Amino acid sequence: MDRKDLLGLYDLAPEEIGEILDLGLTFKAALKRGEKEHSILKGKSAVILFYENSTRTHTSFELAAKFLGASVVNISVATSSVQKGETLVDTGKTLDAMKNDFIVIRHPMGGAPKLLAETVKAHVVNGGDGMHEHPTQALLDMLTLKEHFGRIEGLKIAILGDVRHSRVAKSNLYGLTKLGAEVRLFAPKTLMPDGLEREGAIVCSSREEAVEGADAVMGLRIQLERQKAGNFPSLVEYAKYYGVDENILHYAKKGAIVLHPGPVNRGVELTSEVIDGETSRIEDQVLSGLAVRMAALSLLNGEGKV
Amino acid sequence: MIFKNAELVLKDKLVRADITVENGKIAAIGNAGGGEAVDCTGLTIFPGLIDMHVHLREPGFERKEDILSGSRAAVKGGFTQICCMPNTNPVIDNKVVVSYIKARAKEAGLCKVHPIGAITKGQKGEELAAIGGMKAAGAVALSEDGKSVADTNLMAKAMLYASDFGLKCLCHCEDRFLAEGAVVNEGYNATVTGLKGSLRAAEDVMIARELLLAESLGLPVHICHVSTYSGVQLIREAKARGVKVTAETCPHYFTLTDDAIKTYDTNTKVNPPLREEKDRLAVIEGLKDGTLDCIVTDHAPHHEDDKRVEYDLAAFGISGLETSFALSYTMLVKTGVLTLPQLARKMSFNPASVLGLEGGELKVGAPADLTIADLGKKWKVDPNEFVSKGKNTPFGGREVQGQVIYTVVDGGIKYSLARGNRA
Repeated sequence: MDRKDLLGLYDLAPEEIGEILDLGLTFKAALKRGEKEHSILKGKSAVILFYENSTRTHTSFELAAKFLGASVVNISVATSSVQKGETLVDTGKTLDAMKNDFIVIRHPMGGAPKLLAETVKAHVVNGGDGMHEHPTQALLDMLTLKEHFGRIEGLKIAILGDVRHSRVAKSNLYGLTKLGAEVRLFAPKTLMPDGLEREGAIVCSSREEAVEGADAVMGLRIQLERQKAGNFPSLVEYAKYYGVDENILHYAKKGAIVLHPGPVNRGVELTSEVIDGETSRIEDQVLSGLAVRMAALSLLNGEGKV
Repeated sequence: MIFKNAELVLKDKLVRADITVENGKIAAIGNAGGGEAVDCTGLTIFPGLIDMHVHLREPGFERKEDILSGSRAAVKGGFTQICCMPNTNPVIDNKVVVSYIKARAKEAGLCKVHPIGAITKGQKGEELAAIGGMKAAGAVALSEDGKSVADTNLMAKAMLYASDFGLKCLCHCEDRFLAEGAVVNEGYNATVTGLKGSLRAAEDVMIARELLLAESLGLPVHICHVSTYSGVQLIREAKARGVKVTAETCPHYFTLTDDAIKTYDTNTKVNPPLREEKDRLAVIEGLKDGTLDCIVTDHAPHHEDDKRVEYDLAAFGISGLETSFALSYTMLVKTGVLTLPQLARKMSFNPASVLGLEGGELKVGAPADLTIADLGKKWKVDPNEFVSKGKNTPFGGREVQGQVIYTVVDGGIKYSLARGNRA
């Protein structure tokens, strides 16, 4: 992969995605064997710059960089200080002046990683920006699928929930369709954005339609404040009409798996039976995340071999 | 002073003639004799262009623009008269601020500057601003600029009270609930950029409200910077049934679509937002069929610091005075949508008649406000060459045609391409 930054899957070629997944599978196998020490990023430094709270993604990026041998610094900035604190451009210049090699950024506003990438010499990795993209989350979902099914091409993936606000749904749509999967989306109309058909999505009018014959069903996290904003009447109603339960999974293909980017609101997007059931791959997704982030950082550094 | 051998854009036709100027007025149009002359061979003279929607930022935001720099940008863009919006600090909501702006514009001594007063005190939407006092001090219209008066009852009273003083309300149309937090148009491009969009309806419901108020009260109203196809249609239908409505649009709405936001270039962030191709085409059709009366810039200069941030945090607005004429000529006349006399109406005669200003037409006895252009001249927009403090344009690098060579105000050459600004 010959690019400075990883900002989203919208701009990536299918071959680049394939390259990350292949290397990710290698790293995942190594992790399963307990091999955590690599020297690919020895002597390099990475800053994990998060403007939004996150345990899972933050830890995953930090461990990924450390396992590759980089020194890692964490910076957590309160979302509220985006407006009143130092500008992103100035922060970027400062981090660049310290000769950092990688900046992983999570930010509540779409396009912030691009602005940073245009400002700094360091490789910028998008750890999720507003409603825009979350490329490494989609890559880890794809890695999980590829490992489970042995392929992405031809798979039917149903994505259910708050598509409008979901950077995960968008990155998955771009990535999965580029590798030949079929992506069906279902959301309350209040939470379905315009135009994703143009990116190859099949926008469904019922849960059943979305899940029918699917190889995998992905629930999206719902922010509880979306209810207050008038998008649906109550969490109970949301769970009943838009959530993933065992009944709806009967429409999926036999052997279908369940994915969720986490953290899950139990009983809302997914019932506890589904989360803890045998079709769930939610814990496996976490290990895929570590592996795929190691792959992405390695490839941005120009190294495709373990 | 004689402007010799030019093509003149009269109200309904083009003629080749000389313009003789005496005492700041057009004294004669025709074959002039001898005397001090400016050779205008190969050039076209328009009635002095009028931009009825400009932000000069002074008082309060002089880092972005001031009355002098804004006036320089205006005459460079061919404008002899501009109207400045009230979202300054303090807000233009009383006669003192109106007088201050008039005095500063006189010091600048370039183009004529007409303040537009706020509809409500402090643009807070609660109580009427000092409308009578502002009129007496020289305000030419009222506008809440940047927002609608949310309280429909107060808006009705504002229209009624303003009419006592012969003032029109120029309405920025935006439903604040529908547009809450939005920075772009709702649609495909909002989805793929992850930026929050607002529906066309956010603009349209307020256009409809103002039209219905005007109809109900039997009063005139002017709709600002129309950007939606549906808004154009609402105005067309209202005109057809006799509502006294006039309306304007801006070069960016007939030149760009929201495809331009995909790079997150914050210079594309403007309110109302850039819309889609069918909106752009409808705006052009509205200009052609007379639904949209005026072309304005909504000149909204900003400091680089206000734009070199996340798209969500960037200020809304485009610095437009120095590109408006060329974009309008290139996009509308070169393409055959408008004739030169029609363009002159959109950029001069109609704004003058909407606001009751002098000028707007090349005729004997009128103020000698002239915009003299080389319509064959192609040039490339370079924001670094802007004399406005605001370099914020999405048109940087764009090739356009039609360049202002002289701007003449009351008979004095206030700008010449060869020599730059002249006070």
